[in-house]
Amino acid sequence: MMNKDYSNVISRIDAVAAKIYEDFQHTEIPFLMLPTRTKSNIKFDDKLNVWKYGKNTTERAAKSLDGAYMLLRTMYMADFIKEMIKINKSSTLREMYYISEGWDLAKFHSQQESNLLAEDLEVITSCMREDFKLRPEEDGARVIGNLTIEEMTRNNTKKKIHCQDDVGDAGYSIPYNVEPEKITFKGIDADFVIAIETGGMFDRLVENGFDTTHRAILVHLKGQPARSTRRFIKRLNEESNIPILVFTDCDPWSYRIFASVAYGAIKTAHISEYLATPASHYLGVTPSDIENYDLPTDNLTKEDVSALKSELTDPRFQDSFWKGEIKLQLKMGKKSEQQALAKYGLDYVTDTYLPEKLAEMGITKK
Amino acid sequence: MTKITAHELAKKQKEISVAEFFERNKHILGFGNLTRALITSVKEGVDNSLDACEEANILPDIHVEIKNHEDSECKFIVEDNGPGVVKKQIPHIFGRLLYGSRFHTIKQSRGQQGIGISAVILYGQLTTGKHAKITSKIAEDRPAVVTEIAIDTNKNRAEVIGTDTVHWDKPTGTRVEISIIADYKRGKRFVYDYLQSTSIVNPHAQITYREPDGTEHIFERTSEALPRKSIEIKPHPYGVELGTLIKMAKHTKSRQLNSFLKSEFSSMGDRTTNSAIEKAGLEKTLNPKSMTREQFLSLHKAFKKVKIMAPSTDCISPIGETLIKRSLKHETQEISPEFIITASRPPSVYSGNPFQVEVGLVYGGNLPKEAPVRLLRFANRVPLLYQQGGCVTTSAISSIDWRRYGLDQPSGKGIPSGPAIFLTHISSTLIPYTSESKEAIADVDEIENEVKLAFRECARKVQHHISKKVRRAKTREKFDLITRILPEIAKKSAHMLDKPVPSLDAVITKIMDVVWIEDLIEYEKVSREPVQTTLIEETPQEHEGGTITKSKIMVVNYKRTPQKFNLYAVIPEDAVVGTVTPKPTKITNNYIKWNLDTIPPANKIDVNFELAGLEKGDFDENDLYIENINPAYVIGADKWEGD
Repeated sequence: MMNKDYSNVISRIDAVAAKIYEDFQHTEIPFLMLPTRTKSNIKFDDKLNVWKYGKNTTERAAKSLDGAYMLLRTMYMADFIKEMIKINKSSTLREMYYISEGWDLAKFHSQQESNLLAEDLEVITSCMREDFKLRPEEDGARVIGNLTIEEMTRNNTKKKIHCQDDVGDAGYSIPYNVEPEKITFKGIDADFVIAIETGGMFDRLVENGFDTTHRAILVHLKGQPARSTRRFIKRLNEESNIPILVFTDCDPWSYRIFASVAYGAIKTAHISEYLATPASHYLGVTPSDIENYDLPTDNLTKEDVSALKSELTDPRFQDSFWKGEIKLQLKMGKKSEQQALAKYGLDYVTDTYLPEKLAEMGITKK
Repeated sequence: MTKITAHELAKKQKEISVAEFFERNKHILGFGNLTRALITSVKEGVDNSLDACEEANILPDIHVEIKNHEDSECKFIVEDNGPGVVKKQIPHIFGRLLYGSRFHTIKQSRGQQGIGISAVILYGQLTTGKHAKITSKIAEDRPAVVTEIAIDTNKNRAEVIGTDTVHWDKPTGTRVEISIIADYKRGKRFVYDYLQSTSIVNPHAQITYREPDGTEHIFERTSEALPRKSIEIKPHPYGVELGTLIKMAKHTKSRQLNSFLKSEFSSMGDRTTNSAIEKAGLEKTLNPKSMTREQFLSLHKAFKKVKIMAPSTDCISPIGETLIKRSLKHETQEISPEFIITASRPPSVYSGNPFQVEVGLVYGGNLPKEAPVRLLRFANRVPLLYQQGGCVTTSAISSIDWRRYGLDQPSGKGIPSGPAIFLTHISSTLIPYTSESKEAIADVDEIENEVKLAFRECARKVQHHISKKVRRAKTREKFDLITRILPEIAKKSAHMLDKPVPSLDAVITKIMDVVWIEDLIEYEKVSREPVQTTLIEETPQEHEGGTITKSKIMVVNYKRTPQKFNLYAVIPEDAVVGTVTPKPTKITNNYIKWNLDTIPPANKIDVNFELAGLEKGDFDENDLYIENINPAYVIGADKWEGD
């Protein structure tokens, strides 16, 4: 693996410590400013074509107990990252959470807390988690399709992998680092990418040979996709220029999966330009599909309804397609799953539903 | 139908003795059923003993024992360490109803009618046919006398059945043994409740209770001081009944109406006397013994038309807030309540009768959260166990909207629900009971109003206590922040940059931006050494040993500018002030005041004072106030609103 230059990262981390230190010297209550990381503060960036944080900022100051704890933890985390860089190690987010056990007052009470703070630190320093030598717990998802990847293995040798011939039915597993120093695309011969929410549906398409019959690259999202999966999809789209189609369940949570792939997630809006693929399309299942294909449904729960309503005020869902579909779903009071298509037989999704939808979207001809 | 002549009727009309009357009406005395009979017996016995001890200035040590026989016959024994009763008085005191020294005087006392213990003896005699046994010892060097008595219900006289002398270890005391028919099984719990309640309002008494199976309960003495003696007063014209007025006139030694009024009534000076006589259309020189009924009636009416000064109220002997709190604390130990708060009203008057209301509130701990609040009612240190619904104290409590104070109360009326006990004590020279059985206090506006005011004050104190706790918790957080977290942030940032740790003082005053007052109370046991009394003006009482309550207050200026202000610490009235530092500006019965020196930013002043004459835990929370500073700048004390 190439040895990255971390001096820039270190000076940015030190700048945070210096800011706090100087506050003390100037008899100011120490504070850090960072963009407000909520739905109300994401704005569409015309240049980058993705959703980024807006101008609203949040102050984390030592005048409140919570603010002071946050600053103390930030200091500890920054110091820990510096130390890792120094001794050339990396750790998972979970490992860092456990390491914080030894941080006395600064210890985290949940991993959620430490993950959020790591993101805060990215935002404050304009660095990426990878720069901090922190990696996520989960591996990226799986890929099958007519695509060759060259991966730099841990033995520092390059290995070419064809994502149909060189892999089993489970497909190629996306590593946590998908930057050019780790993987490069050596040949893509496909018409489109289908990013699929559930493992069950991914396996159905694989078993039915949809990747070969329809010249498709199949990517398993595994629910809310990991950063590496989103980055992988983005690179695939940028380097091959083929469209990305997102295929999920028909419920508010699935729409958020699409939004994080296409527009950028609220939590990671500071790095949307690295992770989001504006050229993604939502394939289905849509609320209209429920009506058109007469799919089996469940009733919306209370949480579903409030999630849908919240999406109606989410700036990312303000186009007429989403507004129409969400309102329709609220009216129906129903939701459905990808795998509900099995109502018409196991081949229905590959023989009928997807071809019809692809044609409708102008991806393939009827 | 045969006509009956007056002579024939006269044969049937014979004098009904008082005892006979009560024999027929035993329900009005509280012997209505077998459970009530048990409790009334215990109550009368204990009241009698407490009164006897107090009259003789003896701290009461009372032993109650019940022996349960078959056929619901109980032997009930009350023994005290009082002065005893001389032999020849025994049949009068124990065997005659309406006999005693208290009936004709006006002063605060437990019993008022003088029917107490003799009624129990009478009840025992009527139900079991057995005689009461009275043992009494009046001096250390004399033997105890045992007298067996029966009551002749026709003559209202006691018959002495037999006497004997025995050896008794006690220096002095009285022991009463009476057999009665009663329902011990059902009454058991009430007896315990009654004795516990009695102990709460009689902190100077030690009560031991032995159940038939040998179980012993001790309700400990929590105060070594006898209650202030209540003073006998003359009747006030506003409260006197026509009948009493006539009777008083018959027995007076005065020969003229004006001197009669002046000497036999309270608050009657020359002016009021003359104007009352004038309003009644009578002559000053009239002989009261020869006045007609009509003349008495117009005089009685005239009293109401004249403005007469209220009677003096110093005849009232309240329990005192400190003692109520201490007693409640002692008796609710097992509940471990969150707090106990008391309030006491100044004495007041209804229809010429002085009275005073004291209340207490126990909150939290293991008390049931859903059940209605438990009401403890007392009159002249006697628990009232029955007819809660018909009592003025209950209606006063019910008319307060308790929802504002965090208790459940549908529609804001009625007895609230929540984890609390409410205590009400009314002291008066004449408690207006609703009936002879003395179980509920009548609906007197003045009393209801005072009870309401007392509970409102209590409720306000509760709110104050709670908001203070919340505020303290918040400041505690900030204190954590500046003392623990901020130094760590500074240290870590310095460490990362390899620089010296920066100074925090200025940042700390910026973050806190308050004057912070923190306090602590400690207790120290002292023996023999007299408590210092250097700083109070009046002659202090000598205290041989006891507990010193030490209050330590720390005042820290976390503002950015120097601060100068006055501090007040409220102290209990019955406490004696010891060493105070720094030198106070003023000490009164209720507070200590300091004009504190200027405190520069990030500096502090320690303020200490000592209190004697209190038990451990009597003073367990500082009540601090500030003056000459914006109250919003200060945490830990409130604005001083004046004396």
